[in-house]
Amino acid sequence: MADEVFFRMREIDKIYPLEGENVHALKKVSLTLEEGEYLSVLGPSGSGKTTLMNIIGCLDTPTSGEYTLRGREVEDLDEQELAELRNREIGFIFQNSQLLPRLTALKNVELPLIYTGIRPKERRERAEAMLERVGLKDRMDHLPSQLSGGQQQRVAIARAMVGNPSILLADEPTGALDQKTGAQIMQLFRELNEEKRTVIMITHDMKIASNARRVVHIVDGEISEGEVIRNV
Amino acid sequence: MFETIRKKLIMIHESTVMALDNIRSNKVRSFLTLLGIMIGVMAVITLISTVSGVSGTISSSFSSMGVGTLTVSVTGSDLKSGVTPEDLEVITALENVDGVVPSVSLNGRVSYGSDVQSRISVSGRNAYYFFLNEDMIIQGRALNFIDDDNSSYVCVISQEIVDEFFLGVNPIGETLYVSGLPFTIVGRYEEDSGGGIASIFSGSPAVLIPYTTAMKVNNSTDINSFTVYLKAGADSSAAQEEIEDAMDVLFDFEEDCFTVSSMESIEETMNTMTTMLSSLLAGIASIALLVGGIGIMNMMLTTVTERTAEIGLKKALGAVPGQIQMQFLLESFLLSMIGGLLGVVFGLALSFGLCRLLGTGFVLNMGAVFLGVGFSAAVGIIFGWAPARKASKLNPIDALRAV
Repeated sequence: MADEVFFRMREIDKIYPLEGENVHALKKVSLTLEEGEYLSVLGPSGSGKTTLMNIIGCLDTPTSGEYTLRGREVEDLDEQELAELRNREIGFIFQNSQLLPRLTALKNVELPLIYTGIRPKERRERAEAMLERVGLKDRMDHLPSQLSGGQQQRVAIARAMVGNPSILLADEPTGALDQKTGAQIMQLFRELNEEKRTVIMITHDMKIASNARRVVHIVDGEISEGEVIRNV
Repeated sequence: MFETIRKKLIMIHESTVMALDNIRSNKVRSFLTLLGIMIGVMAVITLISTVSGVSGTISSSFSSMGVGTLTVSVTGSDLKSGVTPEDLEVITALENVDGVVPSVSLNGRVSYGSDVQSRISVSGRNAYYFFLNEDMIIQGRALNFIDDDNSSYVCVISQEIVDEFFLGVNPIGETLYVSGLPFTIVGRYEEDSGGGIASIFSGSPAVLIPYTTAMKVNNSTDINSFTVYLKAGADSSAAQEEIEDAMDVLFDFEEDCFTVSSMESIEETMNTMTTMLSSLLAGIASIALLVGGIGIMNMMLTTVTERTAEIGLKKALGAVPGQIQMQFLLESFLLSMIGGLLGVVFGLALSFGLCRLLGTGFVLNMGAVFLGVGFSAAVGIIFGWAPARKASKLNPIDALRAV
């Protein structure tokens, strides 16, 4: 499986109906990614970046074009197979951390592993290790409401990583945080990338995007390779 | 194969934990919802157990009363309105018959001195009745053949009458007035009917007089009801046929003059009636279960709408539709089962109390318990199905946006 395609999009089109009209949200999007890359998708709101994220994250399938993730042709999969693929290959990090309010930090991190069907003991060990990695070992038994915004986002990152997915897919991960906390979260992403994790960051913020090694711009559903900026 | 089963078990366990947690987190709403199921199951259990307790007692008192006897009630024809003492001798002479006890009831007031009682029943019996029940006389003497032959104005009275009229007085030798006629009390008897509902059905008269005297007071020569005691080991249906044939002769083969019924047949009719009654009542009570089910459906639909974002997140994290559906289905199932089990407990307690109140034996009707538990499980699954299906069908993108 050495020549297995890690991530490749070829001429992806996405058209969906909205209020009686067809919206052409993505136009002939092609994008290839190597394992271990750190990519930012930069675009203003309405540019189609959320649609792109949904397709990358296997929440949605393209109208036409090919999307290959870890050798699987995503456009051919049904709802059940998409869910299983998301569970294994994608680690979502949302703008507002989206933790379940009645579960402790530890249980929140365990959640994806429940759907994988991992035994409780192993689940706990892996979730603990991830929380330790994001620096929250002493906050494991706290409820989300007992954690700060930055801590909540760290729990969300731990949850995204716990299943060892191919891609960490972050959607404006610092959007709800203040500048200082946001910078810490961005630092964490850089570290995780240095640990060979593949990161795709969807954002409208040039400064956030500049954390990545590679930036693509998306405007009106079309993407173009941007210049590589480093501001470490 | 083994791996998929193991994953399913893990999933069921986790879904149960989540479902219980969700039930707990909405305490008031969950309680009100399961109250509907609880009341429905409680009503079904209470009605079924109470009816079966009562009918059990009735039929056991019937069978204790009616071993080896047949009851004949006579409506008569235009020419012959009842049977006479001579006719009874014909019946008594039949092969399977040991003896006959006529029952002639008397309407009239019973009084002693200035005390008047109208609710006491007075019935005429023969000496054979006392011969059969020789243990019932606890003081004085029983009525005998001489009393029958002479139509004597004598009576034996029950313990109740003694308590009513003769507190602290020896009743033997005293005079009791029935319809204004003086009767000398010669004995006192005690009925061992066991009290409670059974005594209503045994219909024990309080004052017993010779049947010939009763006929004289009634100014009638007819006997309209008598009980036939069969010889030991006699076949009930053969005896019934024999009696019917003899009665046909007495009534000149005229139709519809009499009915001969065994206690078994009465008991059977009784059982059919109580079964019908209990299924009818249970049917009515199960309407409450239906309403409870609608309550569950309502709550589950609200829950699904409230937790749209949670469903979206779980789907994004890799929950397949079946797992989401199972979580919500388990939630309504558990909610309904908790209500059902509480209903069973309260229903059994209530019917136990009712049976004690009615003086009948309480029978733990396992059928009713299974019915209650099974019903609530079914209600939980049936009414939880649509909301759970709705949850599993949510599009994760739309669901995530509903934050």
